[in-house]
Amino acid sequence: MDNLGLATPEIFLLCAICVILIGDLYVREDQRPLAYLLAQVSLIGTLLLTWSIAPEIGSATAFGGSFVMDQMSVVCKTWILAVSIGVFLYSRDYINSRNITNGEYYTLALCGVLGMMIMVSSSTMLTLYLGLELLSLSLYALVALNRKDVRSSEAAMKYFVLGALASGALLYGISMIYGATGSLHFDAISNALATDADSTAAVFGLAFLVVGIGFKFGAAPFHMWVPDVYEGAPTSVTLYISSAPKIAAFALAMRFLVDGLENAHSNWQGMLIILSVMSIVLGNVIAIAQVSIKRMLAYSTISHVGFILLGILSGSEQGYSASMFYAITYAFTSMGAFGIILAMDRVGADVQLLTDLRGLFRRNPVYAAVMMLLLVSMAGVPPTVGFYAKLAVLSAVVQADLVWLAVVAVIFSVVGAFYYLRVIKYMFFDEPAETQPVLAAFDVKVGLSINGAAILLFGVFPGLIMAACVAAFSG
Amino acid sequence: MDFKLFVFWIFSLVLIGAAVGVITTRNPVQAALFLVLAFFNSAIIWMLLEAEFLSITLVLVYVGAVMVLFLFVVMMLDINLSPLREGFSRYLPLGALIVGAIVVQMVFLLRAKSFSAEKFPVPVPRGADYNNTRELGMAMYTDYLFQFEVAAVILLVAIIAAIALTMRRRPDTKYQRPSEQVQVTKEDRLRIVSMDSEGGAK
Repeated sequence: MDNLGLATPEIFLLCAICVILIGDLYVREDQRPLAYLLAQVSLIGTLLLTWSIAPEIGSATAFGGSFVMDQMSVVCKTWILAVSIGVFLYSRDYINSRNITNGEYYTLALCGVLGMMIMVSSSTMLTLYLGLELLSLSLYALVALNRKDVRSSEAAMKYFVLGALASGALLYGISMIYGATGSLHFDAISNALATDADSTAAVFGLAFLVVGIGFKFGAAPFHMWVPDVYEGAPTSVTLYISSAPKIAAFALAMRFLVDGLENAHSNWQGMLIILSVMSIVLGNVIAIAQVSIKRMLAYSTISHVGFILLGILSGSEQGYSASMFYAITYAFTSMGAFGIILAMDRVGADVQLLTDLRGLFRRNPVYAAVMMLLLVSMAGVPPTVGFYAKLAVLSAVVQADLVWLAVVAVIFSVVGAFYYLRVIKYMFFDEPAETQPVLAAFDVKVGLSINGAAILLFGVFPGLIMAACVAAFSG
Repeated sequence: MDFKLFVFWIFSLVLIGAAVGVITTRNPVQAALFLVLAFFNSAIIWMLLEAEFLSITLVLVYVGAVMVLFLFVVMMLDINLSPLREGFSRYLPLGALIVGAIVVQMVFLLRAKSFSAEKFPVPVPRGADYNNTRELGMAMYTDYLFQFEVAAVILLVAIIAAIALTMRRRPDTKYQRPSEQVQVTKEDRLRIVSMDSEGGAK
């Protein structure tokens, strides 16, 4: 029971979840915004607690070494919580106007956040797996939460079955690695593999681990669930899935592959090269053919996941921090893009097709400008943050003597620029189908403006995030 | 061949037979019963491995609770399984190929030196005073406390999700409200109407 205090943020969040869960039962129908307010307060409280207990340098462990608080977990948790605050802000009005019960939505979403925090802080395979399951179970339920929608149920079913299969693969891999190294702790695994890095059982288990990680990331060829889930889920849940869990998936890959199996780097590098090349190529090419905006953003996510994997596979501290920077900036870029879609959304007039964005500039110039920044950043054009993220990842890949990989990634990014620019054309140069101005609550407007400004700010001064990312992996 | 090995062979052969039965029988109730048999035989093999607590838990929890519940569901839902079996012959070649590949890999792996008898020797049997339950409890509530609590949170999420997804408030459902039933007064039930008499028959 040493260092129990290190888990204070998680314990606080769990208590807050229970309070919201019970409190929601006693709240009258007209006081429902209370659940939203409590959820935001608990996220902010967790964020403050995370900062207050963060170790200055190095790392500290708790619970017999199964929970670790190091620089990487502080940075990842900070951004997971910050992005989740934005996600709740953008999805509030959507939830209120739909048939989705408020209390359950926020409780499940907060449980997902708790799962992500546990994943980020885990230092044994068992904790990591349990955190992942906590996140996944919350996500399956959130996707299905709008019961009247048949597509939501179908998406949830697909997600659940494929997700269970991936969890099975991951567990099988974990069991093999446990058999080969005799420990669940990442540092013990790392020590065991230092002498015997090519142990057949460990490499066999590693292949299954990579399958599980690829699935949870949504990397090709394990990407089949992504477009269906993005399209079928309520837009607020799509927003949730597309943002913070990407940071958690990055942490998942880092804990397994770098903390545990870094000595087997030569074995997993090849596997990740296949995953990332397929993701970048498939994601960018298939996104061109999409007419639904949610599906287009789903394929765009797949291609961005390919870039995150590029940084990890380069196997250097520079690559890891570039990859972390990419995951964090992608999370809030994607959050902003879905935030705009949610802000345009009204009951009876769902934003489904790319053409629904037509003439957004005439209807609300600020949103159109923010959306343009977000899309330009996704395409990787300077001076936005997406450019710097791609640059950092690619330079790490070049340093690792994989120039051909960088060339492939650049070529397909240029291909991908087409479908982002097409949306910008729709927004600025086409006549709107309906002339009604787009209205949203004041705080949502402020949030989206900050989101757009952040894309530029971090693009011009990437050091603001990059410094923390570099510090997370140095030493 | 000593007696323990003899028992092991008997029960593991029955276990494999039962497991094959689960996936080959066409009747879902029979499949569930085969699964009960498989659980029971695994429990006995665990008992041979001196894991008494886990073995008895397996019988109590899986055979006693989970499978009985499962049988209820199978019997009550009366699912017609024949559509689920369509396309069996169509998918057979692909399935056989994948299973074949997995079997080859596993044979290759199990023969590897990482799982050799030198690396995993037969454990020394514990004395009669060794308390299995106590050791498990000690491990679970000290070393694995964090994981134990996270597992509890996962169960909480499962409860919330199951209720949120299945509970519906339908307007046509008729509820009994005992508190209102008890508080009823005679004025609520009985209305005394004073009517003018029609003046009787003339």
